[in-house]
Amino acid sequence: MIAELGLAVLWMAAALAALQLFAGVVALRPGGAAMTGLVRPLAIMQGVLVAISFLALIDLFLETDLTVKLVAENSHSMKPFIFKLAGTWGNHEGSMLLWVTIMAMSGGIVALVEKRLREDTLIATLAGQAFVSLGFYAFLLLSSNPFERLPEAVPEGAGLNPLLQDIGLAFHPPTLYVGYVGLSVAFSFAIGALVTRDVGPAFARAMRPWVLGAWIFLTIGITAGSYWAYYTLGWGGWWFWDPVENASLMPWLAATALLHSASVLASRNALRAWTVMLGVIAFSMSMVGTFLVRSGILTSVHAFAVDPERGSFILALLAIYIGGAMALFGFRASTVTEGERFSLFSREGSLVFNNVMLCGTLAIVLLGTLYPLMTEAFDAKVSVGPPYFNPVSAIFVIPMMLMMSVGPLLRWRKDKPGRITAVVAIPALVTALALLAVVVFAPGIRILPIIGIAVGAGLAVGSWMPLKGRNLRRTPLSVYGMVVAHFGIGVALLGAASESAFSTERLAAMNVGDTQQVGPITVKLLSIAPVAGPNWTALDATVTASYKDGAPVTLHPQARTFSSPPGERTESALHTRWNGQLYAVLGKEGDDGRWQMRFWWKPFVPLLWLGGLLVALGGILSLLGRVAHDVRRLRAEGKIAYRKARLENLK
Amino acid sequence: MMDFATSAWARFFVLALVGSLMVAAATRPALAQDLLPPAPYAYKQLEEPALEAKAQALMETLRCLKCQSQAISDSDAPMAGDMRHQVRTRIAAGEEPEAIRTWLVERYGDYVSYAPQNKPIMWPLFAAPLVILLLAALLLRGRFRRDPKDSGK
Repeated sequence: MIAELGLAVLWMAAALAALQLFAGVVALRPGGAAMTGLVRPLAIMQGVLVAISFLALIDLFLETDLTVKLVAENSHSMKPFIFKLAGTWGNHEGSMLLWVTIMAMSGGIVALVEKRLREDTLIATLAGQAFVSLGFYAFLLLSSNPFERLPEAVPEGAGLNPLLQDIGLAFHPPTLYVGYVGLSVAFSFAIGALVTRDVGPAFARAMRPWVLGAWIFLTIGITAGSYWAYYTLGWGGWWFWDPVENASLMPWLAATALLHSASVLASRNALRAWTVMLGVIAFSMSMVGTFLVRSGILTSVHAFAVDPERGSFILALLAIYIGGAMALFGFRASTVTEGERFSLFSREGSLVFNNVMLCGTLAIVLLGTLYPLMTEAFDAKVSVGPPYFNPVSAIFVIPMMLMMSVGPLLRWRKDKPGRITAVVAIPALVTALALLAVVVFAPGIRILPIIGIAVGAGLAVGSWMPLKGRNLRRTPLSVYGMVVAHFGIGVALLGAASESAFSTERLAAMNVGDTQQVGPITVKLLSIAPVAGPNWTALDATVTASYKDGAPVTLHPQARTFSSPPGERTESALHTRWNGQLYAVLGKEGDDGRWQMRFWWKPFVPLLWLGGLLVALGGILSLLGRVAHDVRRLRAEGKIAYRKARLENLK
Repeated sequence: MMDFATSAWARFFVLALVGSLMVAAATRPALAQDLLPPAPYAYKQLEEPALEAKAQALMETLRCLKCQSQAISDSDAPMAGDMRHQVRTRIAAGEEPEAIRTWLVERYGDYVSYAPQNKPIMWPLFAAPLVILLLAALLLRGRFRRDPKDSGK
């Protein structure tokens, strides 16, 4: 019953989306004013209906209704509650339903709260949003129905991939999806503004919170995904330039560029065409990412759908939306003027520079990700990996990070270099000193980590300079947001470079009672014992670790064996200190009865994820600042309108 | 008619036989490989730190052929273990990392190397950053050249 309800409601939502598109298009035509009032309520209703449909699917998973095909294939009655819940989106159909749910709810929220935008632009935006959702409804209903019933119930479900049975990963996909889909709102705003030729500061202000919100979620999602890879894959790697990782990085890069150019448009009315273009690109990257991950072109834990039909469907959607948006942009670009002018040496100038660098990085990541697919057309199977991505992206990223210490200090429109030299000298000096220190005290490190440490240190200091000489109490929250986010980038870079430069590895076959040395840490294997969890059994090693003869701490690396479905996973144990992390893994038992153990001492590696979280925190501060500002302004405007009305009355 | 039927059946049996042999061939060595103890240097470092560092640097740029986007230095797959053993023993025997890479590429194809090989098919990839830089320079130049206030000075 629940399944049928979910499906029926989903069809109704799709119908409402079609109606929303139709009403929007009619309303924008001359004489269609009657339809104007219809668009907003339709968008809200659609959001509510899809939410009901998604709740229905969650309910099916929580109850483990084994007459539903999706539940039978992906869930198991013995799974812990949290993974039953996460199982809802841990599969192709469920994740696509989550996608349209977020999309329709975002549309509903836009319809509910957006007041600044011109009414016709808003209607065009909502029509655009409906147009985009329709494609995904079609995909969901025609080729990936999540509510399909089985002819008869199966006795037990097939379970969830053990790699995915992890609390971090339970919330990783929804986080990324909110980010991906938040960018669809930016896309719709761009389309709306292009249709009504209304590309201006109001459009940028309406779009900015959505971009910022999407960007925060993407940042958190990428950071969490990287930490998940780090501790589950069991070898201490945290970024592999895997196509799936790149699929989340590309929208992030585009969203970062969009965020900054939307700021310029909002406050300076410049970079109009560029902002619209980035709005289109950002969501295109989300869809390219979804295509790469969902089409089955890649084989990984992420590719639930190894089904060519679905791949072609997503590819067709991709072609329609990106192609359509680009064509619209091409037609309308000539009517979008560039906006206000500015000189090379200005805040806008530095933002344009960094935008171009971000797009350069994006182009490299996109090309490197697709290149192996392209060469396959010529019968050549090649790999593009870290030896390409690391140095080549550095060509673009390093100048950008240097510029990040300069740009925020500059004035809008036009500035003199002499005004900021004294302030810029501080991070420049820090960079030079860090460079010198690393070269002198730690010789033999590869060139990229050296540059990373120097530039990261400079940025970590330089990011605070915009606060110099400001009244800290009266500084807007959004400025703090920028400072914290830039600081986070510097911190993350320091962590990454330090991990790559100073990690030490120890692989050892150990008897119980043996000790080993890894970096400054002495580890001792005390015992190995079997333990059991709700749906797994494991060998659990008790290991003590002491830093430079300090008090020992106890760690429990495990080798887990899952029963449903069968699979194995190492559960690494981490010991975090202020200056680094010990990473311990229990491997297999050798012929001689000794255990293969792996240890890494990774100095300052937690800075990497701390930095990522700081970046997200910066985004949150910024968003709060902007929203509070908007709310204040709306209230003030309300008061003014009220007084005006009263004055009129008195007259 | 009979002939056709028998030959069809015969073909079916031959195909089935070949098919099952292929399946057996595909699974058997993998099983055997999984059951065999890992090669000595799969999970053991070289004594000499300089040599180990050299081996590690090479292993980080070689692809584990049985995993999803992982280097052989990042994988528990038995094949990655065997390749680590190969790399470490060859480095210990004094071979140069690039020679080992070439040997592996000859054996497994370009796919095994994460570092792009110098072959015509990879040239566009090398050219890409230069092209992008050029485009970026053109874009920036076009953006600022037309600024009337700047050109006035």
